[in-house]
Amino acid sequence: MTDVNVLCTQIHSRFSAWIENATVAFGQLTVEVKPEHLLDICRILRDDADFEFKLLVDVCGVDYLHYGLDDWQTEKTTATGFGRGVTRDLMRESAAKPCRFAVVYHLLSLTKNHRVRLRVYIPDEKELMVDSVMDIWPSANWYEREVFDLFGILFRGHPDLRRIMTDYGFVGHPFRKDFPLIGKVEARYDAKLKRVVYEPVSIDARVLEPKVIRHDNRYLNEQGESSHAK
Amino acid sequence: MQNNENSISGVTADQTPEIRNYVFNFGPQHPAAHGVLRLILEVDGETIVRADPHVGLLHRATEKLAENKPFNHTIGYMDRLDYVSMMCNEHGYVLAIEKLLGITPPLRAQYIRVMFDEITRILNHLLWLAAHSLDNGGMAVFLYCFREREDLLDCYEAVSGARMHATYYRPGGVYRDLPDKMPQFKPSKWHNAKEVAKLNDNRQGSLLDFIWDFTERFPGLVDEYESLLTNNRIWKQRTVDIGIISPERAIALGFTGPMLRGSGVAWDLRKKQPYEVYDKMDFDIPVGTNGDCYDRYLVRVNEMRQSNRIIRQCVEWLRKNPGPVMIDDYKIAPPPREEMKISMEALIHHFKNMTEGYNVPEGEAYAAVEHPKGEFGVYLVSDGANKPYRLKVRAAGFPHLAGLNELIRGHMIADVVAVLSSLDIVFGEIDR
Repeated sequence: MTDVNVLCTQIHSRFSAWIENATVAFGQLTVEVKPEHLLDICRILRDDADFEFKLLVDVCGVDYLHYGLDDWQTEKTTATGFGRGVTRDLMRESAAKPCRFAVVYHLLSLTKNHRVRLRVYIPDEKELMVDSVMDIWPSANWYEREVFDLFGILFRGHPDLRRIMTDYGFVGHPFRKDFPLIGKVEARYDAKLKRVVYEPVSIDARVLEPKVIRHDNRYLNEQGESSHAK
Repeated sequence: MQNNENSISGVTADQTPEIRNYVFNFGPQHPAAHGVLRLILEVDGETIVRADPHVGLLHRATEKLAENKPFNHTIGYMDRLDYVSMMCNEHGYVLAIEKLLGITPPLRAQYIRVMFDEITRILNHLLWLAAHSLDNGGMAVFLYCFREREDLLDCYEAVSGARMHATYYRPGGVYRDLPDKMPQFKPSKWHNAKEVAKLNDNRQGSLLDFIWDFTERFPGLVDEYESLLTNNRIWKQRTVDIGIISPERAIALGFTGPMLRGSGVAWDLRKKQPYEVYDKMDFDIPVGTNGDCYDRYLVRVNEMRQSNRIIRQCVEWLRKNPGPVMIDDYKIAPPPREEMKISMEALIHHFKNMTEGYNVPEGEAYAAVEHPKGEFGVYLVSDGANKPYRLKVRAAGFPHLAGLNELIRGHMIADVVAVLSSLDIVFGEIDR
């Protein structure tokens, strides 16, 4: 098993022009790849004798819209009394990450017995598109369809980018953070029309457990920053 | 005369008849579809030209639900992913949280987890064997397998109170220690005292005694299944050389677990990237040679024997080594109830733990376990809150089903069922 730090330096030295950075956190290597070089780097990672990442484990979309935003302003509310203080605005935006959407790839090498995580941020929110890695790993076929279905991210060069998880005729991309948990439409059988009809949801969205971020001093270093992230 | 002939077939001499492939649905309501799979098959005569699986009929957005709940509330949803190997799903999720929190469960909890992972593996493979043989026309094995599953589900029940959806693994250990007494049957109007005494015969001692008794019997029972199938002429005709996949192609398609080992790749996370106490266990990785349905059958049957070995090693260790099964950190694990009666701090910890949960430090982690079906991975992104920011479940069966088209192209319609069930797919996991 290659040491993850060795792998990190190897990737740094080989691909410094193609990547934003490569970090090791929690014993795992994350490489942030520039979108225009994704296919180049993937091809080398698969074929080069140092890496041999022959198996694509997973492709996953992430929507960073609410990253680092909590529902409950704990400090403020306790000064004035107790309240649920839950905000329910789905459109609020976080500035914690450079881009709203990212696609994350997990790679595994069976011969070298090591793993790597690649992340591609999608800079242009008007044109959510990344290159498809299907030519490199055929297993990307369904994974990319899933990301497209749930996040609306398009994959350039994918031959069959259909929805996969949601119902036939579904509108919207449900795993985006601005898509409500209860959905937008509900289905019922209409006895008069003798068919199933879709209507806007009739219930209110509720937050049962507010999302709370506490700065736990066990996980902070002396500078007051999160120790694992660095 | 010639004219008459032509009018019967509807084709005139100068026209070539139009031949189209026949396209039809398999499922979503079909007993051999193993859940809700809609498979669109294009056939040329009896030969499959194309198979297009439509999944998502059981999509419950588990990952989205998890983003709206404190970490511990989602453990129960993990059981419902692959609902025939419940505790292995929990294991992957719990490992990801533990990685982010930087905690390790006590050694006894690790042994209990390994033991229940292997019990789960046997449970899964028994159900798979039952369904696979039934799909290929053997009813008897189905009944035998369910007889043994009953005993193992009793173990689930004894330890967690639930026969399937256990929610037993928690970040920092397991919910509670193994019970000292195995629950027993009581006489009813269906079973008189004499019958009940016979049923309770191996339930006199602790749970560990019951499991030990099971492991004594189980290899003989696997022999029984094998005597019905392994050299059975009909069984071999249905499975040998059906759905062959080469090792290179299996890797390219993202196959893991028995699907990969059936093609001869000795890849097992329990050996290669050991978690918990698998590095202390003595077991082998069975591999196949041809990568056909028959080899995958042999691999899984052999895995049951290996799991049996691991369980015995765990039982021996657990008998000798009592100890805590949960970490001693009340920020993560709730304090014991006795302490809550006398300690204000424990009460506060309990209240915060049950309402708000615990905060997980910012970062991302991927944890994978060798699930009975392959690699089950959980990718967890935390922004420092009490809920996951993003949870992605890497279902083992997902790439297997994606490869179905390649596996059955060129085979007969009857082989669809054999290949499909040899994938060992469960839709709770694929659709999530």
